[in-house]
Amino acid sequence: MHLLEGKGVTKYFGGLAAVSGVDFYVDKGEILGLIGPNGAGKTTLFNAISAALKPTRGKIFFKGRDITPLPAYRICRLGIARTFQTVKIFPHVPVIRNVMVGALFGTGHRLSAREALKKAEEVLEFVDLTDYKDVPAGDLTLANQKRLEVARALATDPELLLLDELMAGLTPTEVAEASGDIQQLRQRGITIIMIEHVMQAIMSVSDRIIVLDYGKKIAEGTPQEVAANEKVIEVYLGEECDVAS
Amino acid sequence: MVVLRDIVITGLLLGGILALVSVGFSLQYGVARVLNVSHGEFIMLGAFITFWLFTSVDLNPLVSLVVTAPLIFVIGWFLHATLFRRLMNTAPALGVFEGWSMLASFGLLYVVQNLARIIWGSQTHQVIFLNRAVTGAQIPLNRLVALGVCVVVGVVFYLFLTRTRLGKAIRASAQDPTVAGMMGVNINSVLAICFGLGLAMAGIAGSLISTVYAIQTSMGLQYTVIAMIVVILGGLGSITGAMIGGVVLGIVSQLVTHFQPTMTFIAYYVIIIILLLARPKGIMGK
Amino acid sequence: MGKFALTKNRIVSLAILVVILVFLALLPTITKGYLVTLVADMMRYAVLTVAWVVFCAPTGYLSLATAAFYGLGFYVAAVFNGPLPFAVVIIIAGVVAFIVALLIGLLTLRLRGVYFTIFTFAVVLLVNNVVLEVERLVTGTRGRFVETETAQTAFYAMLVVLIATLLTAVLIRRSRYGLALQSIGEYEEAAAHSGINVVMTKVLVFATTSVFMGMAGAIIATRRTYIDPGIAFNMTTSFLPVLMAMFGGMGNLVGPVIGAAVFTYIGETLLTRFPDLYMLIFGVVLILAILFMPAGILGLGQQLWRKVKGGRRAPA
Repeated sequence: MHLLEGKGVTKYFGGLAAVSGVDFYVDKGEILGLIGPNGAGKTTLFNAISAALKPTRGKIFFKGRDITPLPAYRICRLGIARTFQTVKIFPHVPVIRNVMVGALFGTGHRLSAREALKKAEEVLEFVDLTDYKDVPAGDLTLANQKRLEVARALATDPELLLLDELMAGLTPTEVAEASGDIQQLRQRGITIIMIEHVMQAIMSVSDRIIVLDYGKKIAEGTPQEVAANEKVIEVYLGEECDVAS
Repeated sequence: MVVLRDIVITGLLLGGILALVSVGFSLQYGVARVLNVSHGEFIMLGAFITFWLFTSVDLNPLVSLVVTAPLIFVIGWFLHATLFRRLMNTAPALGVFEGWSMLASFGLLYVVQNLARIIWGSQTHQVIFLNRAVTGAQIPLNRLVALGVCVVVGVVFYLFLTRTRLGKAIRASAQDPTVAGMMGVNINSVLAICFGLGLAMAGIAGSLISTVYAIQTSMGLQYTVIAMIVVILGGLGSITGAMIGGVVLGIVSQLVTHFQPTMTFIAYYVIIIILLLARPKGIMGK
Repeated sequence: MGKFALTKNRIVSLAILVVILVFLALLPTITKGYLVTLVADMMRYAVLTVAWVVFCAPTGYLSLATAAFYGLGFYVAAVFNGPLPFAVVIIIAGVVAFIVALLIGLLTLRLRGVYFTIFTFAVVLLVNNVVLEVERLVTGTRGRFVETETAQTAFYAMLVVLIATLLTAVLIRRSRYGLALQSIGEYEEAAAHSGINVVMTKVLVFATTSVFMGMAGAIIATRRTYIDPGIAFNMTTSFLPVLMAMFGGMGNLVGPVIGAAVFTYIGETLLTRFPDLYMLIFGVVLILAILFMPAGILGLGQQLWRKVKGGRRAPA
């Protein structure tokens, strides 16, 4: 049984299919990359998994259980956490309290305030934000806000983490750091699906990659296979060199 | 069938007025971001100025529109240029401004209503004008005239929005004030004009209402609530939505009134609740 | 987190609180006159304002439904006071308000921003009309007479409800639900994806705070002999708490109480000095107040404080 499996996931906006008939799966401990041009439906797929929106057709299973009809907070408590393409933190709330939200509400079992605080501090330590724990989250730099979002997601004790363009807008050094962090997450036993435009990073980090274009899956395989795939090269014509690197 | 026909016709006539009221309300929120709780008070003001001109100098209510509309426009323009602009400049965020401006308009509600009560008292009045049925149908002529005026105002306003430079500036500001500002639109002046126009529409509606219904200085709030219901139906800031919503509500109102007049308001509510459940952002909402 | 640490500040404010409570508890024994009514009135608005603040301040949902719950309290008192003991009547008023708020909440809390405000505004008139219609069908009359209570009884009842309101407010704000409400106010979508049951949290807290509004209504109704829907469901009751909260400041619970006391006093003074012009002057005061001190009495101080504190912080 796969950890997460989607069957024929389809989402229409008006008459347009943002995602159409996509089958996918991710196994425990894997890092799955999701790539494709802008508007290919990557974020829509994330939204469908995390129940930010309901798929028009298709079903999504988590550990064999159909989670398609569940609301977002239940998905989170089951063990699927996410970050957002445009950071969605609680800007006027101190960093530590941002993370405590995840620990208090997202874990699926009830933590006391003390336990939640401990967990939040631990996670902040992991993403290296301990120094900023009492600062309002809105005052952090973009890179730190993204870390905070990851921390909030981690505080919910996820088995599966959806990272939506974690590296977009980061400097090369920060990208390198983020890649290292993702490897560390895997060592913690967390399965990851990540959307990324920074090709070099996603190619080096992912075990397997799915390529979407116009809402359809056009390729799937190891980074090497995908990079050699003709359809993919066609789609990424301008970025061909990038993919190969 | 005759009954049904009459209900639809009187509903359309009332709908015209409600549409006018609601377009004005929607304009104030959609562009100037003022949720104007005192909107209905300016309907009352329009009605009473018309009544006053009618009884004191025997002025034809239609002619008095020439007085009420510009007068109330100027009041609205002035209110925005002083009160709401100041609030806009001091508010740290749009949401805060919306809260403040709504409270300020609640203060206005008190001021206008009580000034009117001091001047005109709290008894009921009516302007008797063209109160004769048109041959063949049970429709009083004054209602037809009222609908005619609403249609004319609606068409003129539409042409204004789509054909004139100022109208385009208003639409640009409704879309995105910052961009409009960058494109050389004097945003403050546009907002004040919009607020004034919204109130002027309330004034015109008030003048028309005075020829059809009995008027009191306390009549305002009920129209404000109707305007609110209409814009929930039509989507806030959507002019077309406000027009359609007004007409729909007019017909529903007449339909319910025919069976049980006291249930009208409850019926409005049942409609919005159903619509809200089906479409949380209104008929025309995105 | 030092939750139970008794700092100097905490001791001082606790002492002040005790002094105020003792003073309030003794007030009706010291004087029997106007002051008791005035303070009871201040407490009524303090209840409404604090209850309003608990839900609306963190979430940013601006509710204008206060008058609906408050007015229902009036009717509960009119129907049950006399046949049932006063305390039971107050509890029933709370239960009725809770149930109605639950219904309204389930219907409206999926609406955001100004749509929610408009809906709650109109809900007051809906309840008003429904009650009017029920009265027309059932009793055939417009108003009702209420079994009255003494000023002293009403005063103590209001004091108890005020204390209950404040306690509930503190508990909610300190609990995980306080954090949940704030997260919802800051970023509803992110709150949902962090495991917060957004709808349930909003509806439950909205309904819980409405309980106190209904109770306040039931108590005030017993100080009148006659009520009708126009008196019970007066829109002003919805707007005043917003005003009082704004001027008192919403950062803590002292602000709303002070705002309520100040504005009740201004209102009462205007009413006794200029009974005819009261409403007009009140409108002018409201507009001037918003124009010239929109940040509120305490808010102004808080803003300064935040700036001082913010200045010391190293930029991230």
